Amino acid sequence: MNMTISAPTKALARMEARLFLREPAALFWTLGFPLIILVAVGAVPSSREASRSLGGARFIDVYVPVLAAFIIAMLALNALPPVLAGYRERGILRRLATTPVSPTRVLGAQLAVQAAAAVVALVLVLAVARIAFDVPLPSEPVGYVIALVFTAAALFGIGLTIAALAPTARVANAAGAVLFFPLMFFAGLWLPRAEMPAGLRHVSDGTPLGAAVGALQDAASGSWPGALHLAVLAAYGLAFGVLAIRLFRWE
Amino acid sequence: MPVISVEHLRKQYGERVAVADVSFAVEAGEIFGLLGPNGAGKTTAVECVAGLRVPDGGTVRVLGLDPHRDGAELHQRVGVQLQASELPERMRVGEALDLHCAFYRDPADPDRLLDLLGLTEQRGVAFKKLSGGQRQRLSIALALVGNPEVALLDELTTGLDPGARREAWALIRAIRDSGVTVLLVTHFMDEAQRLCDRVAVVDRGRVVALDSPAELTASLGVPTLEDAFLALTRPDLAELLDR
Ligand SMILES: Nc1ncnc2c1ncn2[C@@H]1O[C@H](COP(=O)(O)OP(=O)(O)OP(=O)(O)O)[C@@H](O)[C@H]1O
Ligand SMILES: [Mg+2]
Repeated sequence: MNMTISAPTKALARMEARLFLREPAALFWTLGFPLIILVAVGAVPSSREASRSLGGARFIDVYVPVLAAFIIAMLALNALPPVLAGYRERGILRRLATTPVSPTRVLGAQLAVQAAAAVVALVLVLAVARIAFDVPLPSEPVGYVIALVFTAAALFGIGLTIAALAPTARVANAAGAVLFFPLMFFAGLWLPRAEMPAGLRHVSDGTPLGAAVGALQDAASGSWPGALHLAVLAAYGLAFGVLAIRLFRWE
Repeated sequence: MPVISVEHLRKQYGERVAVADVSFAVEAGEIFGLLGPNGAGKTTAVECVAGLRVPDGGTVRVLGLDPHRDGAELHQRVGVQLQASELPERMRVGEALDLHCAFYRDPADPDRLLDLLGLTEQRGVAFKKLSGGQRQRLSIALALVGNPEVALLDELTTGLDPGARREAWALIRAIRDSGVTVLLVTHFMDEAQRLCDRVAVVDRGRVVALDSPAELTASLGVPTLEDAFLALTRPDLAELLDR
């Protein structure tokens, strides 16, 4: 099997990476902001004490997976869609279609850059949480990575669908933002899933970010991510992935 | 064999017929102009030649290739400047050239192209900070970066100042002299008259005249190509014409 990446694809990925690094807003919201939340939460002493309502866990321990989901959702719903919709709106994809390089490659390059940004941001959050607040690294690392991959599939599927449907970068931006906060609510950004009333938690289990945080929390505390959560994420990934492919237009 | 041949091309968007019936052939080393009023279907025809749109009828061949089916090979050998297409806002001029160089088998020297298009000083400038004319020049540079055998240029000099326009003409003549076949769209009749070996006038999706600028003006008994163009496409303006 030929696994080499062609020179044009590499050049595109390098270019997209540089452009990403030149967007101060994207850098702040994906790399800076999750760390700020982490430090703000960790600075509250009670977040570092075992809590009965969390089944004896510390708030900060269950909150790190919420931040992991936050990072992926920020990239997939807020960073990616306006870039791609803008590329279409401004004829950038069309220009690419006149070169030997297919516009699909720019999609691939974007996803690669977003994935790399997610990895950097996640490592930063896990490292700061470990060093500053004694949050143990995920005790089921393979399960954690699997949960991350399923989460990324679900959210990037949704993000690509927004990019496919939005006629302009502005609309894509608004749509991403409108989805982001309700989805993050179910992830437990404001109220931990363990403290949600049972009915609300069941709803959360069926949302992409609720399922993501459920799977990540399981893996963080040493068990395998639950089949239900992985299945929910896979279903979102598959449904929205297919939808995005069917709806995406180059112009 | 012509380098570009378009026979009975037809293309519609939904109910709207953009190109009804267009035929022309461009010979090797020729500079061929497509002229016509706004909405005549020039861009649509060029996009069919470039393989960006699939014709609803007729045949298009470029370098013996079917633009739709053999797109990958075609795009190695044909450079395209689109009427409306931008670059990412924060991409710099030099970066855009280097990136596009990486797309082609046999790219041109980016520094030389920047020099030819008077963009050397803008090398480090982001796309969003370029003036309209500078964007246009960059767009021409990107069409030529692959050392194409055929150049398709939609509104080559729109937005250029008179000096830059003359430079663009010199550049087009130079690439033609090096063997490149050029199909260009323009609204400037002086440009077509001086630059093009032959022109096709398109009106409402049909070719209404096809000849060298000199023959066209002579056959209509008018002094300039602009008068010929107006006589062909705007007979309602007859009393406004200089005859
Ligand atoms: N993407 C599109 N969708 C629907 N209609 C279109 C599209 N592009 C062009 N048209 C229509 O097709 C017709 C021909 O358009 P085209 O852009 O080919 O004209 P043109 O000769 O290039 O005009 P101009 O000189 O203004 O650039 C116009 O009536 C236009 O409204
Ligand atoms: Mg046009």
